[in-house]
Amino acid sequence: MAFSRIALVSTLALAAGAAVAQSDSILVQSTTSTANSGLYDYLLPAFESESGITVNVVAVGTGQAIENARNCDGDVLLVHAKPAEEAFVADGYGTARTDLMYNDFVIVGPQGDPAGIAGTEDAQAALSAIAEAEAPFASRGDDSGTHKKELSLWSGTEVDPASGSGAWYRETGSGMGATLNAGIGMGAYVMTDRATWISFENKQDYEIAVEGDEDLFNQYGVIPVSPEACPSVNAEGAQAFADWLVSEAGQDAIAAYEVDGQQLFFPNAPREGTDG
Amino acid sequence: MREATESLQDIAEALRLAVSLVLSGDADLVEIVVLSLRVSLTATAVACAIGLPLGALVAVARFPGRGTALVVMNALMGLPPVVVGLIVYLHLSRAGPLGFLGLLYTPTAMIVAQTILIAPIVAALSRQVLEDLHDEYAAQFRSLCLTRAQVVGALLWDGRYALMTVALAGFGRAVAEVGAVMIVGGNIDHLTRVMTTAIALETSKGALPMALALGIVLMALALGVNAAVHGLRASAVRHAYV
Repeated sequence: MAFSRIALVSTLALAAGAAVAQSDSILVQSTTSTANSGLYDYLLPAFESESGITVNVVAVGTGQAIENARNCDGDVLLVHAKPAEEAFVADGYGTARTDLMYNDFVIVGPQGDPAGIAGTEDAQAALSAIAEAEAPFASRGDDSGTHKKELSLWSGTEVDPASGSGAWYRETGSGMGATLNAGIGMGAYVMTDRATWISFENKQDYEIAVEGDEDLFNQYGVIPVSPEACPSVNAEGAQAFADWLVSEAGQDAIAAYEVDGQQLFFPNAPREGTDG
Repeated sequence: MREATESLQDIAEALRLAVSLVLSGDADLVEIVVLSLRVSLTATAVACAIGLPLGALVAVARFPGRGTALVVMNALMGLPPVVVGLIVYLHLSRAGPLGFLGLLYTPTAMIVAQTILIAPIVAALSRQVLEDLHDEYAAQFRSLCLTRAQVVGALLWDGRYALMTVALAGFGRAVAEVGAVMIVGGNIDHLTRVMTTAIALETSKGALPMALALGIVLMALALGVNAAVHGLRASAVRHAYV
């Protein structure tokens, strides 16, 4: 790779002057669901004008977002996989994790409903029925928050979806939107967060088949990356952003965001001075 | 699933959208287009600065292991963008050896990745072009007793029109790739979003007509750059014979 090294070094030398050096900006490692649904476009201008801090968002799967933050490539982590988030803090990479907001997952499917699950409330029963019928099911397969949640649901059933991998169980290994595109293209059921589904523009004849199960609860958390683990982070900016999100102004802004008249995220940060 | 006619309507819708995007001079679109051009043209320039002399040198030099070097150089033309992106990410990440530069998620990181991606293309193609040219002129060069540096210079000058096409091949690869810039740029709005990552984003939102419209604009852009180079070349050739 000597050749690449030369290319790398000489380009760095050439372009170093053009490097973006914004001191009053923070980088948020986040999930595709929050970004694709337009939440940030709605929230960030309010925070930016109030604080003067520019917020840049990288939207990837939760697994990749956490990995990037572990590499110190981000100031704030905003994802939805509570056990992985708690591990991130326990390992010293985050200062503290706070519940931020929630919505829920739904299972969408074609109108024909080959597994006969439309209207079911029990998510695990629905998954079992899909496996029983060997109806196509498109999984994220990318270690994202949604994927982790889906696997935890499967683990409560008798079915090992891996046995149907490549047949009826199809792991796309891509983001939520790409998986919806693929799933809808092949007539497969897809488990998606409601925010992405509501704002998704290529629904075709698909409808929500399963919703309302407590197991489908989808909690988002916010974690400033620890300056002790990562000296390069903008700790002040990160804390200011996290504080604003859980403040009354931030929580109200989250609640006010709607697509097609539907609220996408429900704020549930613990209120200061109360027990809740 | 939909009727085929509906998909065709999407394409018509995309064409309409593309035209109205361009005509309205949409500020976000302009920003993305400018960044795409800036990143890919810079990468092409740097790749040429490295690849052309290297290609010329390998074209005229005879050394042990040259055959292997040629095979490796040609094979590197097939570098997968996503692998280049990963390698650059690992270097530029705060946890990586060059992390102190703070370049990850900047246009500079994207230029670095695209340069690595296309420098081998420029080097390998120019080597082939210049070697053929060298074979043609070998006797003449010998009779003039030129040094190797002079030969390289003469070849690069004489082959300049063919080398423009080489540069365009590199530019085409750079401006069209999404795998590398997605990883090292992060597709950050108003900072590192370029045409290809914007197209990937719109696709993942299910906004297929918008994604396709951006694709049409990107192709028009590539056409424009190629036409500009063609025009440059044509006028240069005219002047050469006046």
